[in-house]
Amino acid sequence: MTDNASQTAHATELLAFRLGDQEYCVDIMSVREIRGWTRATPLPFAPGHVKGVINLRGTILPVIDLAVRLGMAPVAGDDRNVIIVVAVNGHTVGLLVDAVSDILSIPVENFQPPPDLGDTGPAMCISALTLVDERLIRVLDLGAVLPGQAVDAA
Amino acid sequence: MTDDPMIAIRASFFEECEELVESLHDALQLMEQGSGDAETVNVVFRAVHSIKGGAGAFGLNDLVDFAHRFETVLDDLRSGRLVPDAEAIRLFFQGADLLHDHVRAARSGACPPDGADAVLRALEGLPLARAPRGPAPVDFTPMLIDLGFAGLAEEPKGLDGPAPWIIDFTPRSGLYTSGNEPLLILRNLAALGEARVTCSVPGELPLSVDAAELPLLSWRIELAGEVPEMDLREAFDFVADVSDLSIRRSPLAAEPQPSAPLAGTGAGSPADETGHPAASAAAVQAASNPPAAGTRADPADHVPATVRVDLERVDRLVNLVGELVISHAMLAQSVSEAGIAEHGMVMGGLEAFQMLTRDIQDSVMMIRAQPVKPLFQRMARTLRETSLAVGKTVRLLTEGETTEIDKTVIERLSDPLTHMVRNAVDHGIEAPAARAAAGKPAQGTVSLSASHRAGRVVIEIADDGAGIDRDRVLRTAVDRGLVPPDAQLGEAEIDNLLFLPGFSTASSVSSYSGRGVGLDVVKSAITGLGGRISIFAEPGRGTRFSISLPLTLAVLDGMVVRVAGQTLVVPLSAIMETVMLAPGTIRRIGRSTELLHIRGQLVPLFDLGVQLGFREGPGSDRDRIVILIALDDGGRAALVVDAILDQRQVVIKGLSRQYGRTPGVAAATILGDGQVALILDPSDLVRRAPGGDRAPLQLPLAG
Repeated sequence: MTDNASQTAHATELLAFRLGDQEYCVDIMSVREIRGWTRATPLPFAPGHVKGVINLRGTILPVIDLAVRLGMAPVAGDDRNVIIVVAVNGHTVGLLVDAVSDILSIPVENFQPPPDLGDTGPAMCISALTLVDERLIRVLDLGAVLPGQAVDAA
Repeated sequence: MTDDPMIAIRASFFEECEELVESLHDALQLMEQGSGDAETVNVVFRAVHSIKGGAGAFGLNDLVDFAHRFETVLDDLRSGRLVPDAEAIRLFFQGADLLHDHVRAARSGACPPDGADAVLRALEGLPLARAPRGPAPVDFTPMLIDLGFAGLAEEPKGLDGPAPWIIDFTPRSGLYTSGNEPLLILRNLAALGEARVTCSVPGELPLSVDAAELPLLSWRIELAGEVPEMDLREAFDFVADVSDLSIRRSPLAAEPQPSAPLAGTGAGSPADETGHPAASAAAVQAASNPPAAGTRADPADHVPATVRVDLERVDRLVNLVGELVISHAMLAQSVSEAGIAEHGMVMGGLEAFQMLTRDIQDSVMMIRAQPVKPLFQRMARTLRETSLAVGKTVRLLTEGETTEIDKTVIERLSDPLTHMVRNAVDHGIEAPAARAAAGKPAQGTVSLSASHRAGRVVIEIADDGAGIDRDRVLRTAVDRGLVPPDAQLGEAEIDNLLFLPGFSTASSVSSYSGRGVGLDVVKSAITGLGGRISIFAEPGRGTRFSISLPLTLAVLDGMVVRVAGQTLVVPLSAIMETVMLAPGTIRRIGRSTELLHIRGQLVPLFDLGVQLGFREGPGSDRDRIVILIALDDGGRAALVVDAILDQRQVVIKGLSRQYGRTPGVAAATILGDGQVALILDPSDLVRRAPGGDRAPLQLPLAG
């Protein structure tokens, strides 16, 4: 898996996970923990990708369905799914994904910028692309995935 | 806690200052209402004096200078040379406000406030009554100044000749244990004038271990007679309660035997000390039992003992109690799932546990609750300053000052309330000429009241001004594109336009309100606290803002209900009754509005599942339950739910605001099974109901 990734100081560690038939990853430093699927309590009138809230050891954690956020079919929501708890800009959020697949260490020079699709859609959430064993790995820009920080951030 | 004890002492000094300023304001208010007496004047004097004394110890020179000059004027008041007329009291209020500013500035190490000198000059310029400056009048009553920590008694300044002072000073053990140093006091005295100090050493010095820490030395100081007695007293300010002190004029032939020492505990009155040897002896007796080191000498009996606690500790306690409530709920759930008999020991124990938990929680909440009085006093100041600045005379009526609210709520109310008081004075109350034309008294009135209502705290700010100029409000809103030009709005709807962001009707932006910050900020501050604000205006009669706030931000009693497969919590405080929904009781108006006919009254009916968007239309199964709720504005509404599951205490957990405020939902909680349940805000829910008659304005309201 990580055989061709040299262990240089320039390597970034990433947590890779599956969404449908695609593979994505996030910087492992922003990951707080990985939890099994829990039924989320839906929030009324919330955007479609907001799955709801769950109890994370006494605090209320919003969970977003990453697949819906990226414009794909919703994650089924069963025991095989997991919630990746990430911290972004001081907020802690759960990302519902199909399954965690790998931990990758990828040298910075192996990243390619995403093609400019002139798009404001899901492509905006991708900060880089890389190939690992012919698999296309999409590096997520969490700040773009989780907007609305400006709303009532105080 | 801090490592440096000085920091803690300093902090408690500033806390004390806040209390003193509060009592100062109270006393001034009494004087203003004409119900003050000699004691009221004393309270005023004492407060300023104590602040000065403490500030001196911390080297806060600006504060000391200000307090000293203020105190000098107050001394004239105390001695009757100054008559407290309306003008004088107004200046005293200003002085008190500035003193408060000085205290704050000293606390934060900021520069002292401007304008102090002008006010002091005005104060010092107050005309003194013609009173003989020389010998004090015969009917001069000596007064006891209880400084809390430094009780001391003023003796009549009877003699006019500058006979030298004779001061007998005998420290008690408390003096040394509280960190005082007689040498410094003696030096201070020497700095006042020519002093001759004699130290009396007892003939026999017991050199035993038990006696090692007992003070044995005493001093007699002879000081030049020109020094005012007050200055002498001041030198002993901090040791008056831990030493025996007598200050008197030397008779022509100095009496070799010191008179009975004056007990500085503040327990006796001057008459006792001078006139009744028995009482004096008792005082000495009391003095020979030194108070516990570091504590204050016996405070007045009626004052309950208090402890100052870091707010953080209280908060931790509140959180822990919250966890306790959740763990009780979890325990209760597992017990019931285990199928244990209803009346067994376990259930009994569980019930006792619940009662205890509730008691603990109530007690903890009481620690956090504080009266709104200090907040109201701050508003009184805002009112004075604003009315002075805009040239209107306005008085403030307050009601329900003892109403208690959670400390956090009080703190976060300060800004919105300040804004509203300014608004009331600046925009609400008319200019004096307009008032006269309208046949109103020249003096405007702003009233501020707090009360408990339906498990919430209601704070109202009302003025007797011109009310809301609805035409102008509507015009402005149209001009700013906030509403379409052809909009037909009712009166209440127009009033509510004031809460829209970017709305300000002040044609001239004064420095006191309308700084580009509108009522929308007030509204979002209030909604941020889980509160609601509403406005009631009557043209020509005035405007009233009503703020309804939750009592606490931590726990509430709720009814756990199920609707459309979701578990929700309805605050019990809002619920009036629950009834079964019988088909014949529903009346329809138009296509979507439903009314519940209950005991001759018609109440708007809402399906909770539909309101929250959990289902499209009301479930076909109409054999469901209706919860009648009381709304903040006094109205009622009925919510249809599928089932009532439980009634229990829930811990309020904040919802992340990342996705904006969820309409109709106040917060969330964690139930016994670990699931998150949303806590409803019924009034908000109903207000936003589409088609409901309580949702007149479909505009994006702030918050």
